Amino acid sequence: MSDKTHAGVLSGEFFMQGDIACAEGAICAGCRFFGGYPITPATEVAQWMSERLPVVGGMYIQMEDELASMNAVLGASWAGIKAMTATSGPGFSLMMENLGLGIMMETPCVLVNVQRGGPSTGLPTLVGQGDMMQARWGSHGDYAIIALAPSSPQEIFDLTIDAFNLAERYRTPVLVMTDAEVGHMTEKVVIPPPDEIEIVPRRKPTAPPGEYMPYYVAPGEWVAPMAVAGDGYRIHATGLTHNEKGYPATADDSSQWPLIQRLIDKIEKNRDDIIVLEENGLDDAEVAVISYGIAARTAIWPMQMARAEGIRVGLLRLVTVWPFPDAAIYDLAGRVNGIVVPEINMGQIVREVQRAAAGRTQVISVPHPGGGIHDPYKVLDAIRRAAGRKVEV
Amino acid sequence: MNRLEIRLSGFGGQGIIRSGEIIGKAAVLYDGKFATFTQSYGPESRGGACAAQVAIADDPVELSYPHVIDPSVLVIMSQGGYNKYVPEFRRDGLLIVDSSLVELDEAAEGLKVLGIPATRLAEEMGRRIVANVVMLGFIAAVTHLTSPDALRNAVLSSVPKGTEALNEKAFEAGLAYGKEL
Amino acid sequence: MGIEMQGYRLDKTMEQHEEAEGWVDEIHGTHPMDDLLRTDRLPHIWCPGCGLGTALTCFLSALRKSKFDLDKVVVVSGIGCTGRVAGYVRLDSFHTTHGRAIPFATGLKLGNPALKVVVFSGDGDLVTIGGNHFIHAARRNMDITVICVNNFNYGMTGGQAGATTPVGGVTSTSPYGNYEYPFNVSALAAASGAVYVARWTVLHARRLERSIHEALLKPGFSLVEIISPCPTGFGRRHKQREGLDTLHYYHEHGVIKHGADPRETDIGLSGALVEGKFVDLDKPTFLEQRSRRLAQALEK
Repeated sequence: MSDKTHAGVLSGEFFMQGDIACAEGAICAGCRFFGGYPITPATEVAQWMSERLPVVGGMYIQMEDELASMNAVLGASWAGIKAMTATSGPGFSLMMENLGLGIMMETPCVLVNVQRGGPSTGLPTLVGQGDMMQARWGSHGDYAIIALAPSSPQEIFDLTIDAFNLAERYRTPVLVMTDAEVGHMTEKVVIPPPDEIEIVPRRKPTAPPGEYMPYYVAPGEWVAPMAVAGDGYRIHATGLTHNEKGYPATADDSSQWPLIQRLIDKIEKNRDDIIVLEENGLDDAEVAVISYGIAARTAIWPMQMARAEGIRVGLLRLVTVWPFPDAAIYDLAGRVNGIVVPEINMGQIVREVQRAAAGRTQVISVPHPGGGIHDPYKVLDAIRRAAGRKVEV
Repeated sequence: MNRLEIRLSGFGGQGIIRSGEIIGKAAVLYDGKFATFTQSYGPESRGGACAAQVAIADDPVELSYPHVIDPSVLVIMSQGGYNKYVPEFRRDGLLIVDSSLVELDEAAEGLKVLGIPATRLAEEMGRRIVANVVMLGFIAAVTHLTSPDALRNAVLSSVPKGTEALNEKAFEAGLAYGKEL
Repeated sequence: MGIEMQGYRLDKTMEQHEEAEGWVDEIHGTHPMDDLLRTDRLPHIWCPGCGLGTALTCFLSALRKSKFDLDKVVVVSGIGCTGRVAGYVRLDSFHTTHGRAIPFATGLKLGNPALKVVVFSGDGDLVTIGGNHFIHAARRNMDITVICVNNFNYGMTGGQAGATTPVGGVTSTSPYGNYEYPFNVSALAAASGAVYVARWTVLHARRLERSIHEALLKPGFSLVEIISPCPTGFGRRHKQREGLDTLHYYHEHGVIKHGADPRETDIGLSGALVEGKFVDLDKPTFLEQRSRRLAQALEK
């Protein structure tokens, strides 16, 4: 097998499908393990990984289900390998169980959800964005999560790399919430030279065995360095509430408090580092469109039509959906006459926008149950309403 | 707007999806433009109706809406595709059909129609499977979506190794047929 | 693995094996396990009369005899009383979610094939909620050793019925007697493709230790099923109030049948409790199969 440095980086220009761009992004980020289960519309990620990983010294395995896939990814990460899985709605539901284990054990890894229409088996080949709240709250208990929402194959590539880096920096599973539309779309994808790709390596302990505590977080830091199996530290990790040694501490809430608070704070208190937003035309805007993923992309055309009608409308695109950019939206809500939130679900992120806007402006939902992208005129009508224009029904 | 849209439709197994991808690839990698290729298909791997859509533009912002809505070129390689897409096709558009597989009726009235017996020409070359490449050569000759060189390069860089000669022959056959019209 | 195994002739007694392999001195020696235990985690949570202490001791002595680099040995457990083993061994160890120890272990092994990965968990965890993972890991001949402690019920949570509870077994969720057919853990593993399958009660500790040792050295998916008393959850509902009563039962009903057809080793509430080594065969492991196939395919 290849041991060449950067052997996995196929630098160049490609006409590439979103799912494949995801796999290539992962390989560029150093991912060398994929454990998954085929599911439309995420199957191409697995297919591509099954072909590419063996030739870059990586390991691919098709597990028996998504419960197993998520666990295999966690196991590989604890063996010191950057690991990923990719799925869609039904599989995402099964992965929720051990997404929680990954969060509790503080295991860096990446979980890609190529969203399709739901609930249940729903619309296997067609787009949806109905898993956004599941991404935030889908595993039981309290935690914080990082979720990114790409809107083009190029961005799937870029954000998959970012996801791996965030996973290592914050020692946590990171979600890439793409969808059937972007995942199955083929566009220009530029893969940069290896030396232009930022890779965050795993931070290993420097303390000798015996002194190292797997969950002791030094002052001023948010996570502990991570020893993995075989490093000689004889670590223990558990899904139970644990102390700094990693030992179960379940008799009362004395360990639960600092642990859960830190698991949340390490993400919520680093919003400035984590959150990426893209602003377009907001400087003079009377109306803001807030959206993410494919829905943000398809909002551009109705926004152009609205501008042509004299409505000053701008876009706030949530590249990072979780943690939620409360401050930016609160600020924006004080500057515009209305906010329009198109998304391919019946109104999920719009609730967060309403919460963050705190009543400072009207927030108009443009829902879609999945199975297609927004009719541009529905978004245009919502923009007109937000601007106080009359809308012919 | 200088966005160009093309839709190709046929049945699964004809290489329709692949053809759409090759047109997009030609525009992006060999003509220096931007393109978005999307596909729609049923659950069948073979025989079901399928369609490929490509939007091509000089500026990616013109591709923000990824779906093809009102194509100016429609390529039809099955009667099912004809029945589904021709009635709603814009009357100033260009309809291209595989005349060995598709029969025209009143739905095509008023349309500019160009036909090529792509499947028959491919069969004469001994490989029915290259009918879509014959069609691509024809598209290169009769449309301005991509340059012929770009499309040829895209075909040759997309086909399996060892089949380049056959595919090039198929492409040239379609191109020549189109130029003679 | 670089360790030569002595032949294990089924017709020899344990004593002959011990003599043949030079273990005689160790048989009556002390068992200083402290270096293999997280002593700061003791005392353990297990009830008086529970068989898990014996099972763990047998595992640790077998592990020591295996001469593995202990820094490269990983123990993975799921949930339940047996699942706590991972927390007590002074090894890299992971205490995962209910039923998922095997896929987690699969990821560890594939992430670093130099690791020796052992799954140590209970029957409810491994073949009830985790049954799908169990059969698929055996099917793949995944390079892991699975030690399944079978006490026929969910002990930790108060003695509920599971997929191993014998017909008629009274548990807190089968108060009128269990009417579902149970899984035979060893037969399930054998049928699914395991290359090594052995079953012992904790009463037969030396034989158990020997089998664990063999299993650890066996490339591929090896299973050791350990029949173990659960006086609190199961025994007391079956006229075995103390752990010792269950050991007496094992003594009276245990029948050693090496090479027995696993399909004929079902365990009921009465009758013979067949023990022994049922399967020991050689078959390329998942990793060997993979390397072979990829070498062939990528050479071209």
